[in-house]
Amino acid sequence: MAIPFVYSLRSVRQRYASGAVAVLGIAGAVGVFVAMLALARGFSSTLTASASDANAIVLRAGATSEIYSSLSLEQVRIIQDAPGIARGKDGPLVSAEVVELATFSLKKRGTDANLQVRGVSARTLEVREHVRVARGRFFRPGLAELVVGSSVAKNYAGLDIGDTVKFGGGTWQVVGILDAGGSVFDSELWCDATVLNQVYKRPENLFESLTVRLRSPADLQKLRDTLTSDPRLTVTVERERDYYEKTSGTLTALLRTLGLLVAAVMGIGAVLAALNTMYSAVAARSREVATLRALGFGAASVVICFVFEALLIAASGGFLGCAAALPINGYTTEVMNWATVSHVAFAFRVTPGLIGAGIAFALVMGLLGGVPPALRAARRPVATALREL
Amino acid sequence: MKYLRLIWVNLARKKIRTALTVGSFAVALFLFGLLIAIRGAMNHGEEAARADRLVVINRASITRMLPISHNERLARIPGVKAVVHATWFGGVYKDERNSFPQYAVDPEGLRAVYPDYLVPEAQWSEFIRDRQGCIAGEVTARRFGWKVGDRIAIKGSYMTGVFEFNLRAIYTGARSDVDTTHFWFNYAYLAERYKGRVGWYVVRLADPGDAERVITTIDEEFANSAWETKTQTEGEFGNYFAKQLGDIELLVLAIGSVVFSTLLLVSGNTMAIALRERTGEIAVLKAVGFRDGQVLRLVLAESLVMAAAGGAVGIVAAKAACASLSGLFPGMVLYLPSGELAVGMVFALGIGLLGAGFPAHAAMRLRVADALGRV
Amino acid sequence: MVNANGAPNGKCLIRARNLDKSYQRGGEQLHVLQGLSLDVDRGGFLAFMGPSGSGKTTLLNLLGGLDVPTSGSISVAGDEITAMGRSQLTAWRARHVGFVFQMYNLIPVLTAYQNVELPLLLTSLGRSGRREHVETALELVGLPDRMNHYPRQLSGGQEQRVAIARAIVADPTLLLCDEPTGDLDRRSADEVMQLLGRLVDEHGKTILMVTHDPRAAERARTTLHLEKGTLVEAGRRAA
Repeated sequence: MAIPFVYSLRSVRQRYASGAVAVLGIAGAVGVFVAMLALARGFSSTLTASASDANAIVLRAGATSEIYSSLSLEQVRIIQDAPGIARGKDGPLVSAEVVELATFSLKKRGTDANLQVRGVSARTLEVREHVRVARGRFFRPGLAELVVGSSVAKNYAGLDIGDTVKFGGGTWQVVGILDAGGSVFDSELWCDATVLNQVYKRPENLFESLTVRLRSPADLQKLRDTLTSDPRLTVTVERERDYYEKTSGTLTALLRTLGLLVAAVMGIGAVLAALNTMYSAVAARSREVATLRALGFGAASVVICFVFEALLIAASGGFLGCAAALPINGYTTEVMNWATVSHVAFAFRVTPGLIGAGIAFALVMGLLGGVPPALRAARRPVATALREL
Repeated sequence: MKYLRLIWVNLARKKIRTALTVGSFAVALFLFGLLIAIRGAMNHGEEAARADRLVVINRASITRMLPISHNERLARIPGVKAVVHATWFGGVYKDERNSFPQYAVDPEGLRAVYPDYLVPEAQWSEFIRDRQGCIAGEVTARRFGWKVGDRIAIKGSYMTGVFEFNLRAIYTGARSDVDTTHFWFNYAYLAERYKGRVGWYVVRLADPGDAERVITTIDEEFANSAWETKTQTEGEFGNYFAKQLGDIELLVLAIGSVVFSTLLLVSGNTMAIALRERTGEIAVLKAVGFRDGQVLRLVLAESLVMAAAGGAVGIVAAKAACASLSGLFPGMVLYLPSGELAVGMVFALGIGLLGAGFPAHAAMRLRVADALGRV
Repeated sequence: MVNANGAPNGKCLIRARNLDKSYQRGGEQLHVLQGLSLDVDRGGFLAFMGPSGSGKTTLLNLLGGLDVPTSGSISVAGDEITAMGRSQLTAWRARHVGFVFQMYNLIPVLTAYQNVELPLLLTSLGRSGRREHVETALELVGLPDRMNHYPRQLSGGQEQRVAIARAIVADPTLLLCDEPTGDLDRRSADEVMQLLGRLVDEHGKTILMVTHDPRAAERARTTLHLEKGTLVEAGRRAA
């Protein structure tokens, strides 16, 4: 039987002052870790929430983003009749779209920010099933009317139902608010693609992307084969989810790298603190350890005992750090998505998995900080340690 | 100082403790340096901007292009010393993760407008002679292991096809905060594909004080045409992108400050623990006749040596990290301004003094006999 | 060679032969024990006396398996402990040796009960079995009512008696005491010595004790003097 846990527990409690700093250090590292990853996760899940497995996006071959793509009306007509595309009662479920940027004023900071204005086809709500009109109504084709995403209505001045806004050389009427389930479309303004082309004096009948609803998610390959082998087309077909995962890539990677970097540096600091606490615990209790060894407790028991203490400290730090990071769950912030040069609102997402990873991170720090002092405690010759006062 | 040896002996004796203390100061300063660099990178547009440059973009949006014919008209505007046009290329080198900014430019204009980019004369003449020539910044060149003379294939994104360039020159920055991640090639090479359109113009002023008048003149020149412009100083333009990061910057800095102070606390505590364990020793020093002041000075000097050593290690490490992280993300220039570093160092030394001061002071007040018995 | 009790060899519990113990200190070889041989019988009560540095504590540590001799052999109750490895030695200590130290060495964060229980955690006893043993041991040292006290709540003499209870609770083969009265006032010291005497007389324990205190040594049946790492004389008293 090992040295009783109550010994470790009470020893930690007795030296709480020196333990507290280690707990604080580990809590700091875990808090940063969880907060930064919650940010990265929130951002990428907002973008991927926009996507459906049953949807595919068609772009001009080589284009990495909608803003680099273009498709003519003839191409759109060829594509919409391809096999694998679902059909509604009025024809194929596709939405030929154009995106433009426009600048609006943020309520909170009063500064300007770019938003994506998406010109869509009338049937777009059938293609994108998770987007619905929450208030007001959908725009009427041919009119300069806007439906705006819910976070746009909330965060930007002058974009509620009934408001009139000027941008891109036209005057627009806001007629409805979209609920896109927290996806990137909540940060967009939608209007009729044809009207958008006219207002922005863009060439008519030229689109940037075509989003299509597949009959089933498995039909993607069939559609891709048909379209890429058609000599009249030079397009790429991607599943919508893959496309949005890619567009969120750079920023997600930046946030994640930044977060992991800061957390790692902080982690090293926390490990140093834990090492310090444990070394001083070992030094202060060398006679106690020698006594236990004299009584017949083995070296392994001593190691386990000190590692357990370190883990105890680490776990408290881990829980404290997670608790400190938890309130940011659901906190909404805005950031510019570099792939589209436009603003996206998203919420921090602290998931159970992330909490688990934070605790695991804490325990790893505890191990790193606890094992070397524990080994030192077990290695000390008993006879010498007993004589030390 | 004649106690120098005593300080050294003390530090060398408890090696682990000394290493932990120095290490935690190093980590704190390393992080501090990193945060300074990140903040600098986020505000880079503003800080590196020169007052004598203006950026001219399409009024509708930065993503809309302008006709190349504007070049001549801009050059004729009084107060404009030089003009360069640049066009976003945004291609993919080998893998989509390898992103770095790529532009098609007018070589002569580039040189006239941006004296802060340094290119050896011989390389420059090679570059303008080669239609397929290109220049890369030293950070990007180092990142991909490019040498002058290499052939670089880049896949177009909004332009179909794979394009080949000859690396004719590598540029360096005239100052440490100059972005050396860019990749430029001759606009003439892809002029046909761009169909006479360019991304934006950068104008160099003859007199920086003239900026406001020139901005108005330029925007009036193109008003009511199909190609209206929006002219900003380079600072405003760069700032715009920085502001887009908004809350993220605030968040990173807030987290960073919390972390930095925690780390300093940890360092101070490490020091305090070490010292408390030595109460007996301090008593012995006093017992053999050292005066309080002398002992205090000895202990403080020891702590300052550790804090300074740790701080120095951290700063050197941060410098190295900045050098290797620069260019990992487009437009991120990481450099460490020495003014801010000095502030960090002062913090470290201050914490060193506090961390040692309190327990040292407490030890001073103990009676020798108590301290000797206390161990 | 000294036979500590002069009793027939069949009763011999400890047999130490030609013990050498030396340390390297600086460039010098420090000989702490030199060619020491010793027999101790079951039920003996031995006191080792001698000036500081004579090797008393080292000898005790060797006999208790806390340290290993540079050369020589020790067998206790037929077990050749000098042939054991570290972990074997640890297990052997747990089964056969009880220690009493000058500074008591109670674990400050554990109660008297928990301190005494410690050695039993290394046995196969269950919770109720342990409880019985601990209560018996504390009763034996006269502190059944101090069970839930922490060491800092006890006097020095009480602490040492708890330490003795801890040393005997697992019924070890021998009891090793290093200056058991060194830190106690006279009255407490007498109580502790009385207790040790009873353990030998009434419970048949074997005790080896290092002491500076002649009054304590008087209680022992035999006093051995060490000087410079060897036994110099066997001061024998009638058993």
